[in-house]
Formats: sequence, C-alpha cells, structure tokens
Amino acid sequence: MAIRRGRGVAAINYPTGMNLGGDPTQALVHSTPTGNFMVTLSSVDLGQGMKQIMAQICAETIGVPTDRVVVDTADTDTGPHCMGTFASRGTHRAGNAVIQAAREARQVMLEVAAEELEVNASDLETDGQGNILVKGAPQKSISIFDVALSAHFKRGRSISGRGMFLIPRSYPEKETGAMKPSTCYAHACTVAEVEVDDETGEVTVVTVKNVFEIGRALNPKMVEQQLVGGSWMGISHALYETTEPYYPNRDHGGTDFNQYLMPGPGDLAETEIIVLERPSADGPYGAKGPGEMCANPQIPAVANAVFDAVGVRIDTLPITPERILRALKAQAAN
Amino acid sequence: MAKVPVQFTLNGSEKAEFIDSGTTLLQALRDKIGDTSPKGGCHQGTCGACSVIIDGELRLSCLTLAETCDGAVISTTSGLSESGVLHPLQRAFLDTFATQCGFCTPGMIMAAKVLLDHTPNPSRDEVVEALSGNICRCTGYEPIIQAVLTAARANSQNAA
Repeated sequence: MAIRRGRGVAAINYPTGMNLGGDPTQALVHSTPTGNFMVTLSSVDLGQGMKQIMAQICAETIGVPTDRVVVDTADTDTGPHCMGTFASRGTHRAGNAVIQAAREARQVMLEVAAEELEVNASDLETDGQGNILVKGAPQKSISIFDVALSAHFKRGRSISGRGMFLIPRSYPEKETGAMKPSTCYAHACTVAEVEVDDETGEVTVVTVKNVFEIGRALNPKMVEQQLVGGSWMGISHALYETTEPYYPNRDHGGTDFNQYLMPGPGDLAETEIIVLERPSADGPYGAKGPGEMCANPQIPAVANAVFDAVGVRIDTLPITPERILRALKAQAAN
Repeated sequence: MAKVPVQFTLNGSEKAEFIDSGTTLLQALRDKIGDTSPKGGCHQGTCGACSVIIDGELRLSCLTLAETCDGAVISTTSGLSESGVLHPLQRAFLDTFATQCGFCTPGMIMAAKVLLDHTPNPSRDEVVEALSGNICRCTGYEPIIQAVLTAARANSQNAA
C-alpha cells in the first residue's frame, strides 16, 4: 500500500459555437448626442466579461476609447436577436455583429465630420482618443463630441449601425455524412500529475500544466482569468462533481448543492497556464471562444494520470475513490 | 403577529426597524434596509455569500436572527469604500481579476477583512483557511487568494 504518482496528457480541439439551424447574432450601435456609443445586444454577460469585450470591439472599430462605449445586454424584449450565450460563441458571434454595426455607425460619423470639415469622408481617420483628423493634415480635426452634436441638432443624421453575423446551417453530405459544424476551433493540451493512494483510492492532483490556443486574446487578463477558473473546473469535473453519485439509486443522491462536491480553496492543484495566440480567420479581431474548452482537457489528462499511477482505466466520471478501489480489486482478481 | 423593534449600527449609521419575529439579518438588510451587498446563496449557512461582520466577528447573516442583533455593530461590503475611494481589498479584487460573476465577492471580501483585521500579514495557508467557508463557482479560488495577499501587502506598505 503506497502513494503512487502518475502523469497523464490530453489534447483537445473545441468548436466555437454550434451548427444549429443557422446560428445568428444581431447587434445595434448608436451614438448619444455627446458622442458616446451604445451597443445594444440580447446576449448575456454572466460573469465571463462580455460587456467589457463588446465595448473594446466597438471602441476599436469606431475609433474611440473603450470608456466611451456603453453596452446594454440581455433584454430579449427590447434587444436585437441573439441565439444565446452558450457553446463559447458569445465573443465570436456577437463580436462580429458589433464590428459590422460599428463600421456602419463609423461611416455615418465620418460623413458628418466630412461635412463639418468640408473634406471628403474617405480622407478622414480617427485617433482612437475621440477625434477625427484629416489624413496627412492632423491640425485639421474635429472631436467626435462635436460631430455627434452636429449630427443630432444640425444635420439630422443618426450615427448608428446594424450588425448581423450568421453562421449558416450546415447539412451533412448524403454519401459520407461529412459536414461543417463550426468554422473556428480552439485547442488545448494539459499535462496532469497526480498522486493516488492505492489503499484509500484518493486522488490528489499535484500539478496541471495547460497550453491553450484561443485565437487572439482580446483582453489577456480576462482570458487568463477564464482559463485559470476553467482549469480548476476541469479538475472538479474529473474528481468530484456529480448530481447522481450512486446512480441509479436516487435515494442516495444529493438533495441540494450542499451535497454537490467541488474542490475548495484548500484543494487547489498548482496550475500553469500558457496562452498561444493564433488569430482565427473569421473571429472578431482574430478571437475564438475560450469559454468551455478550458475545462475539457484536464478530465482525460487526470484519467490518464490515474492509469499511469495505478494501472486502472476509470471511464466513468467523477473518478471517485470508490471507483478506483473497485477497479483495483477487479485488477487484483484477474 | 407583533413586530419586534431592532436597532443596530450598520456601516457607521444607526438603523431602527420593526421586523417580524424570525426575520433573518439577511432579509432585514436586503428587504427592509435596502443593503443588497450580502447575497442569499444557499440560505442554510454553507456558501458564505451572505457573510457580514457583527461586532468584529464574521457571521452568516442567513443564519442570524435580526432581533438578536439589537445594539450590534454590523459591517457589510457596501460600507467599505470611503468617500468614493475603494477599500484595499476591493482594489485588490479588481486588480487581480478575482471576480467574475461577482455573487460570492461580497462574502469573500468580508471573510478576508476579518482575517486582515486580526492577522495583517497572513500566510497563504491562513488565507485559504479564512476563505474556506465561502464558495466560488467561477474563479478557481487562486485569484481570490492572490487578491487577499495583495491587499495585505498594500496595507503593510501603507503602515510602514
């Protein structure tokens, strides 16, 4: 009887969004009279940071600081349609829709500025700080604040734009079944080191080393935050979480989340995160969906590490002490 | 049913309410007084989201009857900032990206505040111990642990 150490590796790819029957998300952008920009969405920010990312995308496209953008989300009565915040699709789908809407609003903004400055709109550029300049002659400029005032009270123009991003439905080929369920894939690889007590069946994850390829990180700190949390969730799924611990006998199941096991702050594995940025072809500014895929590779990596440690394959989650001990018993019997 | 009078100090100001007997402090704070910073997660004392500080000690407001708080001094996260300047713990939670959905954050900050009030320079293990009554579903805890250690360092630098 001993503590046995093992190491396991797993690599995954993960689609950004689902195929569905066509997968659209819509966005609307308009300026206020003082040149702030409002993004209206039905997509939901549930803590993953969608409001911040959509503000960044809108600001980058229009050419204003991020704090000039207000994002209104999650009212499906009043907002433009979104299929939903799931399948790691939020940044990719809504971000593309916001770019399209912001481009249209930017064009109107430049047209109004062109009238004010008596130049051609195609000769104008933004400085990212809230001003519109004549290319090559930056002394000739107008603030976006003044452009918005002019549009509202003088010229009767609506500085606004509509965006709709649609991944069309993919039908399987009749002969082969081949189809294109997604246009954009994130990738991850995890190496897990575990200790397994072959007397008690208890597994301790000592370290996880993760590499995540997530397209361009539009907000690196928020990406890291999701990846660190997601890696922990993956370990949690591998070893702890289930609503039916003694399936199929429901009487022995948990009755509420108090009996739903998760690792606490004292159960953390030493976690390393490396982010690879390979911008995607069709993502907003190269982004992919890092949401769910960050919790996936730890599960097979931990299962492989348990196999490396004690030589038993556990193919049912979570990998509980009971399952390990039963497997060890069966192994010994053979 | 007769109402019960209760008076206590909340974040430095006097509060007086008539409440139904059996009202929890969490209900009184959120529904009567309007301080919604303590969150109702499990309502049975296991998640820590409702944590508040009563007379210097960390307490679960969902398991505390409001009428037992007569004369008490109560602190919640909504009273931490002073004149618009965030408390070092709030600052550290922002700077280390220790909050995602934010539901556990007020309870975490209260737990951390009691720790730092008693132990200004805690070890990592002491931080883990202090946070172990609070559940977070998003962060994996590590950023929260780092936030508390960061706030402790900021405090000791200010004191030096």
